[in-house]
Amino acid sequence: MEKVMRLATEKGVVIFTKSSCCLCYAVNVLFQEIGVYPVVHEIDKDPDGKEMEKAITKLGCNAPVPAVFIGGKLVGSTNEVMSLHLSGSLIPLLRPYTRM
Amino acid sequence: MDIFEPFHQLSMWEDSFKVDHSTLNSIASPMLKMNISSLENKSEYISHESREPSGDDQETTEEPVPKVLRRQAQNREAARKCRLRKKAYVQQLETSRLKLMQLELEIEKTRKQGLYRSNSFDVSYMRSSGIINSGISLFEIEYGRWIEEQDRQNEELRNALQINVSNLQLHLLVESSLNQYSNLFRMKAEAAKADVFYLISGAWKSPVERLFLWIGGSRPSQILNIIVPKLEALTDQQIASINNLRLSSQQAEDALSIGLEKLQQSMIHNIQADPLDFGNYGFQMASAMDKGEAVEGFVIQADHLRQQALLYMSRILTIGQSARGLLAMGEYFQRLRTLSLLWTAHSCDQFYPTQHSN
Repeated sequence: MEKVMRLATEKGVVIFTKSSCCLCYAVNVLFQEIGVYPVVHEIDKDPDGKEMEKAITKLGCNAPVPAVFIGGKLVGSTNEVMSLHLSGSLIPLLRPYTRM
Repeated sequence: MDIFEPFHQLSMWEDSFKVDHSTLNSIASPMLKMNISSLENKSEYISHESREPSGDDQETTEEPVPKVLRRQAQNREAARKCRLRKKAYVQQLETSRLKLMQLELEIEKTRKQGLYRSNSFDVSYMRSSGIINSGISLFEIEYGRWIEEQDRQNEELRNALQINVSNLQLHLLVESSLNQYSNLFRMKAEAAKADVFYLISGAWKSPVERLFLWIGGSRPSQILNIIVPKLEALTDQQIASINNLRLSSQQAEDALSIGLEKLQQSMIHNIQADPLDFGNYGFQMASAMDKGEAVEGFVIQADHLRQQALLYMSRILTIGQSARGLLAMGEYFQRLRTLSLLWTAHSCDQFYPTQHSN
């Protein structure tokens, strides 16, 4: 859990993914489309991957990956990111972190 | 004993009478034959029997003789057997009736479970796999009903807008229309679990609709493009919000498309086996299967995007505008379906020219 929180607060926009997950890739592409370059951590390549996955689920993310953190706070998975973007709330949220 | 041959039963029942009659006929007694006839109420037997004049007429005026008594006993026996046979026949009719009701219930049940395929759409699902997927069959049936309900709601919206009903009534209509779409997405989610490749292929949609297919449905941004020109009295704020919504949707659509492409690439990579590497074949197939399951995630996200687009659109617009927008959307799909029907008829005509085509 500490590892997840530490990594999540290291930078403004952090995404936890798995290398095989293409939805994670899609979310990353979306961020890039709106001018944000998130830090990506592939938890399947991490030795502590399993614990990290459990920690993410405990934090309330409905899918372990992709797990998106903005400003150190968990925003959610693909569903939440898409909803935020369509509602127009994602870009304001990212403004402090654009072009990082 | 076949339930579909009641008349056979009846004739069998009647046949056994004939048997008894032939034994009776051997002993001529017109009076007794008349008695038997009145017992059974079968006029045909009366006509069959010829009244043979004989010396036996004298017996009817005397005291009952053993012969007569025996006749009468045989008569009673025949009548008793007749009644028993009739009872058995009626009982059999009853059980057959119950069985028929049971079968009808079962048919209704299996139809609901989707073991029947609706023939109202040009779907080649059975042809391709040869295996009935009950989840998909159920979806096809439900989708057929959904279309009917959709057409009905469109009609209601059209009428309501023409006669200028109250905002409250419009609100109710808009709510049901949005619920209808929610139902569709719920149905699609179930179908995706049953067979995502079927769903994403758009095989369940009408032919012309398939031209505009994007991850198992319509592109939200395209739908917005269709609706917006039909809206009246949009404020500047509304126009700005709609443009933002359309842009966000396009960006999200592009992201999902790119993600799906990546999935396709990795699937190809997984199933390309080294011809000499037999040991790895199973593993590669299993990985490819996992990718197949990941496709479901994309379809779910695409539908989620569609639902969100509808939701936010309805929030930007007034009730009247939402009603008009939903009607425009409904009519658009209706026209695509109609075009598909015309197209199919036209294609059939070309292939099998009828007398009416030139």
